Amino acid sequence: MTKKAEGVPNPRSLRDGHYPEGDMRGIEVSIAVAEAAKLARVEVVSAYPITPQTHIVEHLSEIVAEEELEANYINVESEHSAMSACCGASATGARTFTSTSAQGLELMHEILFIASGMRLPIVMVTVNRALSAPLSIWGDHSDVMAARDSGWIMLFCENGQESVDTTIMAFKIAEDRRVLLPVMVNLDGFSLSHVIEPISLPRQEDVDDFLPPYNPLYTLHPDKPVTMGAYGMPELYTEAKFAQETAIRNSKTVVDEVLADFGKTFGRSYKAVETYNNDTSDFAFIALGSICENIKTSIDDMKSEGKEAGLVQLRLFRPFPEDDFIEAIKGKKRLAVIERAMPGGAAYGPLYNEIATLVHAHGLDIKTENYICGLGGRDVQPNEIRNMFVSPPKAKNMIVLGVRE
Amino acid sequence: MAKPMDEYKWHELKVGCVIEEVGNAHEYKTGDWRSQKPVRDNSKCTRCALCWLFCPDSAVYEIQDEYFDTNLDYCKGCGICAKECKPGAITMVEEER
Repeated sequence: MTKKAEGVPNPRSLRDGHYPEGDMRGIEVSIAVAEAAKLARVEVVSAYPITPQTHIVEHLSEIVAEEELEANYINVESEHSAMSACCGASATGARTFTSTSAQGLELMHEILFIASGMRLPIVMVTVNRALSAPLSIWGDHSDVMAARDSGWIMLFCENGQESVDTTIMAFKIAEDRRVLLPVMVNLDGFSLSHVIEPISLPRQEDVDDFLPPYNPLYTLHPDKPVTMGAYGMPELYTEAKFAQETAIRNSKTVVDEVLADFGKTFGRSYKAVETYNNDTSDFAFIALGSICENIKTSIDDMKSEGKEAGLVQLRLFRPFPEDDFIEAIKGKKRLAVIERAMPGGAAYGPLYNEIATLVHAHGLDIKTENYICGLGGRDVQPNEIRNMFVSPPKAKNMIVLGVRE
Repeated sequence: MAKPMDEYKWHELKVGCVIEEVGNAHEYKTGDWRSQKPVRDNSKCTRCALCWLFCPDSAVYEIQDEYFDTNLDYCKGCGICAKECKPGAITMVEEER
């Protein structure tokens, strides 16, 4: 986060020479994400501009206006309408894309549940930003955490290349007949969205091979009328929600398949749960998103002083990759769960609550700590991450990092 | 529906609860929502058909060459027919079941 904010490309973004030589270029992550949606040949885009998502939808709007992409771009008066239009478009069988941030995600909150309940494979890039009040345009995870149980598949990106790749993969996951669920691609506001990174954009023909046109199961079409979104009486509602829950839980298999398939096609491999320096330590940081690059920097710095710390990074957040995660924290004595959202009166932060639940449910004897940090765009410095490891809290185990007292 | 709602298992539902069968809404009897029912006095009825026109559930039907009646399987007891009936031939009375 801090490194990139200074405009210095993080060499880790290059993933150790996985990229073919010569096809990388410096490009703003938002622009690259819009290009990824174009490469995915989206057919309908419906969006309302909001900082820090703006460049994505502006660039897509240009792409459509310049007829570089055969798509309908629906200008709407609000995010509530944007997501509603996406539901309608997806129901007709169109490959549908949108993007939002913060208050926009909150305004479409109601429709998020309709998209997932109706099993509409919409792809949305959420550029994570703090929720007002106080008004903040800067990054944190309070927006997505308020929507985390809306039945969407959720992926978190660490850097620009991942944001591009995940956007393309999201369509393949969403539209798989075994899934048919909306997918949210989360990338951090400003620390990813507005940063120029070296990014390799895949070739159109490779994306076409990887991602065939969407073949919908049901469509709204007068030639074969169906009812979508019908009333669910008490006799049926539980069964309907159980079917939906089963679908999102089973989607993990497809997520794994698509990640592996992407690796084979494009040479960049991703996993649902990623680890870094995790085999050498009985301590691990747990985190989501771009802060993981800072954590890796801290881990490398600590290594030079002979201190070993690991990182367990959740690229997939919904469905929660329980088995992979438990495997990754096996043998740990201490976990520091780092998250960018205030609990709002909950026992702990939203991510910690799930981690602690899993540690308990699996009968593991691991000390868990919760660090709330990076709120409303505040930088988290490598030495602050280091301190989580070297000086664990004595009394409380939820710490709001760096708060002036 | 092929069978009553409370007999469906979760895996028998279509993806997203889509209903492929056309026009099966008639199988769902909404009459049991009713707390009042319309009672007609045909001696006052002018056969103007306003009750038939205004019924939001299309529950009012015309009896060939006669007066109108209400299909109580679908009448929700909203009282619009009684409100619109100019000669006052329809009265809403408490439903007793």
